[in-house]
Amino acid sequence: MNSTNNKESKISARRIATPGEVIVSGGNFLPGEGTEKIGEEILALKYGIVEESNGLVKIISISGVYYPRRGNVVIGMVENITFNGWVIDIETHENAFLSLAEVPRYVNKDEIEDVMNIGDMVVAKIWSINKRGIDLSIKSKGLGKINDGIIIKVNSNKVPRIIGKDGSMVNLIKSETECNITVGQNGLIWIRGEKIENELFAKRAILFVAEKSFIVGLTDEVKKWLEEEKTK
Amino acid sequence: MTKEFKRPDGRKSDELRPIKAKVGIIPNADGSAMFSFGDTVAIAAVYGPKKMHPQHLQNPTKSTLRCTYNMLSFSVTERIRPGPNRRSMEISKITEWALEPVLMIDEFPNTVIDVYINILQANASTRCAGINAAAMALAHAGIPMKNLVSSVSIGKLDKHLVVDLNKTEEDWEEGDGATDMPITLTADGKITHIQLDGKIEAKQLKEAIEYAKKACKEIHDIQKKALKDVEENI
Repeated sequence: MNSTNNKESKISARRIATPGEVIVSGGNFLPGEGTEKIGEEILALKYGIVEESNGLVKIISISGVYYPRRGNVVIGMVENITFNGWVIDIETHENAFLSLAEVPRYVNKDEIEDVMNIGDMVVAKIWSINKRGIDLSIKSKGLGKINDGIIIKVNSNKVPRIIGKDGSMVNLIKSETECNITVGQNGLIWIRGEKIENELFAKRAILFVAEKSFIVGLTDEVKKWLEEEKTK
Repeated sequence: MTKEFKRPDGRKSDELRPIKAKVGIIPNADGSAMFSFGDTVAIAAVYGPKKMHPQHLQNPTKSTLRCTYNMLSFSVTERIRPGPNRRSMEISKITEWALEPVLMIDEFPNTVIDVYINILQANASTRCAGINAAAMALAHAGIPMKNLVSSVSIGKLDKHLVVDLNKTEEDWEEGDGATDMPITLTADGKITHIQLDGKIEAKQLKEAIEYAKKACKEIHDIQKKALKDVEENI
């Protein structure tokens, strides 16, 4: 960073950019997602929070719909059954398909609906996105059909805050409420605990995080909230 | 000449009505905004990108922008019949054309982005308020766009150019009468939409565009500010 002539040669924390705005000019910045470099200037191409790491500038959306990415773990509902798999609704603009080949065990073609039927919920991973649509897999650990617990929905842009840095937030809620929580990147969250009271407590905690997602030092705030709620 | 001209509401010829803008007013929408010029109030809600139905309307190369402009029956002094009509369908199409050049929607084939614009209160320049609200709502929905657009109406009352017409000015009858020109500009001064209702000379048209550029700059700053303030008003 050698340029000092422009007041915008540095990026302040948690800054919101609007489309067409100059985020920084000068300096050795690289344009990342949602940005474009024209000459010396890095311009915003969408609305969101500016994030910079090692000179790479990118924009993280704070509102809008969920855009599927490869490798995302998502939660969806079985919408249809075909001869070789399931069509899953993961609340995005493209259909997601879970093929029989992506199930960890052998399934006979005439017992597809015994494994998962229409209306069942499933945790799956996006392993490819192509022109035809999204392909899902349930071949890793922690993926598969959901049999118990509750599912809640939050805005998909709040998911990073619910997970926290390296899962700090979700782990805190997990240990405080004694529930198992699986967060889908599409905003659907699966909670299962020993008692329904615990599940509802976890649900309230997650909705609290989603509501306060813009606060700085959220983990401490949530800790305080959990303590207060427990003593009630 | 234009400087001495007295407008009915006492504004200067290049003065806009008081503007209000707010983002995130409709919780169920993916993006939403309100924009008002004085008594003209428009709200816009954006849904999508979502799958286009029916399938034969899908565009496999890019997303489709679909705007719906609607004036609510109580928005004007005499109740208007609710529902689409010739005028609202025309304005919907115009709004699409005004917004599309800045959108980068080729990443989402076979989808549609729905924009619903409702006019809560009308006192002329409703399409401009609608476009301004829609631009903010689209940005709020996280849709990739090169720039924001701002829209303003330039009027010619007899021979005097004025910015941001209200209803009394729109119905001006003295001299040559009123000419109404809604103009939409991107933040870097490119025209995405221009309409003309009346007559204007080439020389004065250039002057009118300069007026629009200045006014749109002000509007753009307000739109930007509203988008940046979004977290404070949650």
